[in-house]
Amino acid sequence: MEQSSNNTILEVKNLKKYFPITKGFLRRTAGHVKAVDNISLKIKKGETLGLVGESGCGKTTVGRCILRVYDPTDGEIRFQGQDIVKLPYNKNRALRRKIQLIFQDPYGSLDPRQSAGSIVGEAIKIHKICDNKQTHKKRVEELFTLVGLDPEMASRFPHEFSGGQRQRIGIARALSCDPVFIVCDEPFSALDVSIQAQIINLLQDLQQKLGLTYLMIAHDLSVVRHISDNVAIMYLGHIVEIADWREIYERPLMPYTQALLSAVPIPDPIVEKKRERIILEGDVPSPINPPSGCPFHPRCWKAAPDCSKEIPELREISPNHLVACIRV
Amino acid sequence: MAPLLEVKDLRVTFDTMNGLVKAVDGVSFTIDKGEIVGLVGESGCGKSVSQMAITQLVATPPGKIVSGEVIFEGRDLLKYHPESNMMRDVRGGQIGMIFQEPMTSFNPVFTIGEQIMESLRLHLKLSRSAARKRAIEVLEEVGIPDASVRINNYPHQFSGGMRQRAMIAMALSCSPKLVIADEPTTALDVTTQAQVLDIMMKMVEHYHNALIIVTHNLGIIARHAQRINVMYAGRIVESGPSEEVFLNPGHPYTIALMKSVPRLDEKRGRQLIPISGIPPNLINMPPICSFKPRCPMVDACQSLSDPELRPVGKNHSVRCHLNISGQNSGTIFE
Repeated sequence: MEQSSNNTILEVKNLKKYFPITKGFLRRTAGHVKAVDNISLKIKKGETLGLVGESGCGKTTVGRCILRVYDPTDGEIRFQGQDIVKLPYNKNRALRRKIQLIFQDPYGSLDPRQSAGSIVGEAIKIHKICDNKQTHKKRVEELFTLVGLDPEMASRFPHEFSGGQRQRIGIARALSCDPVFIVCDEPFSALDVSIQAQIINLLQDLQQKLGLTYLMIAHDLSVVRHISDNVAIMYLGHIVEIADWREIYERPLMPYTQALLSAVPIPDPIVEKKRERIILEGDVPSPINPPSGCPFHPRCWKAAPDCSKEIPELREISPNHLVACIRV
Repeated sequence: MAPLLEVKDLRVTFDTMNGLVKAVDGVSFTIDKGEIVGLVGESGCGKSVSQMAITQLVATPPGKIVSGEVIFEGRDLLKYHPESNMMRDVRGGQIGMIFQEPMTSFNPVFTIGEQIMESLRLHLKLSRSAARKRAIEVLEEVGIPDASVRINNYPHQFSGGMRQRAMIAMALSCSPKLVIADEPTTALDVTTQAQVLDIMMKMVEHYHNALIIVTHNLGIIARHAQRINVMYAGRIVESGPSEEVFLNPGHPYTIALMKSVPRLDEKRGRQLIPISGIPPNLINMPPICSFKPRCPMVDACQSLSDPELRPVGKNHSVRCHLNISGQNSGTIFE
């Protein structure tokens, strides 16, 4: 296996993904939605990177570029030392065994006309992992047990399962080809709180057991704090702050991160009374026509005239704590 | 002083192909003038239906308000026909509603202004121009920039946060005495959520409305509500002042809810304690106690009768046989 030094399993360098906006009969390109604009990040083997941001900030696009669902406009994605952006199409299949995806919506992401066992076993067939029917069946049973489902349920259809169980089927499917890296796109947000905890615990157990690496795309900051080793905060296609979880939550430097954290209510009325709250004005600007300079400056209470001049670079403020803000 | 709203033993059922669903099964609560009450529960526990029943917005059939009283300012609203003038006057005029989905709760073919003006003209009998003036005023109050221009926009031209703010403006435009906000921020991002809640609280304070916030987010309740009702399987299982309930919860379900979510200020590394099993089927409810099949403290409970809501402290009552509140029960099962 090719492995680059210091255990980095995935490295994204200057990734850009622009979606064209077409106009008129000839579908002329009238502009671009800069969904992801020049982001870089690294994930070490066995770690979890939490990718946080509000809807429309481009966090899902990053995940999809890594999965090669989208072709990036520019940039490099190095997975186990290999640049997968330039990988020819016929090599994609081998790659997909190693990188898998867990979806947000456990209702929409399962084919209603396929039985649970066939959903989980489909990828095993495609990748020809098992040589006969017996081993295939055994493997599916193994996967069901691994995610805490009764193997007897394999013949049932998705509508016969509860939301939490469906999410478990989705996880079993993602694990079916022994991946090393899993992109989890909001895996908890469609679940009720009591079920959410079951799935969080399951993903944590699986990570320990199988040595998985996660890119955890989420917007719930308390959940991300609970499960991530490192956290990247995105705003309007840019990473504005990236550090290990303790730094992000205990010493947030970027004003946006501070506002984001103060917006999360803590279920304790006594703590809440003492907390200082930062209420942001206005809405997230459109990524079609982003503000000049720092994308956050129109809503930032610390903004200075210089903030609108150029896009601030990510700077290392303290070891492994990078912030894109000229006022820090 | 009589409470502003008193709901007594409300029961709502839905007749479905699989049987009779007891969505709301004997819910009673009160709300005083100017009070902010939170209602928490998971999806399907009947929290929205119980609120819809207050203004008789439950679709009949299949829904049916079987029994109960909803006494609002001395009158039992359930005695009136859902389409009577009295009920029309109550809805929007005296009880304002804020719904979860700001996209689907506005009519897409009318402008925001027309929709706010409609209730102003209907309830306050304002003229067109006076209604327009007032609509611009409320939109400004909820922080819509250029309200006099934006009033002519259609709902799709507003962002999610703006739509929800317009919804608040609409609900509060006729100065109702009670506002029911059903998951007002669930569809919004965290910073927008904080922004919208902040505006809602300022408005409620300014107009002295009473407010019921229905949500599944305990944090929002802790931040804003003075009193809290916890619902499970169509019933209120715990009710009390919010500080009391958060500090000394008395129902295993309330404690389990608190333990199952990670907190921003806790020590990291705590294993989350999920609630085992799934919420019960409302057609075929577990006989004795509806939480018994999932209760983490079931071994300590010997009782074979259905628990009643009983007081455990000042204004604090719990539907459980066990005596667990009062001893910093928030730290139980750690």
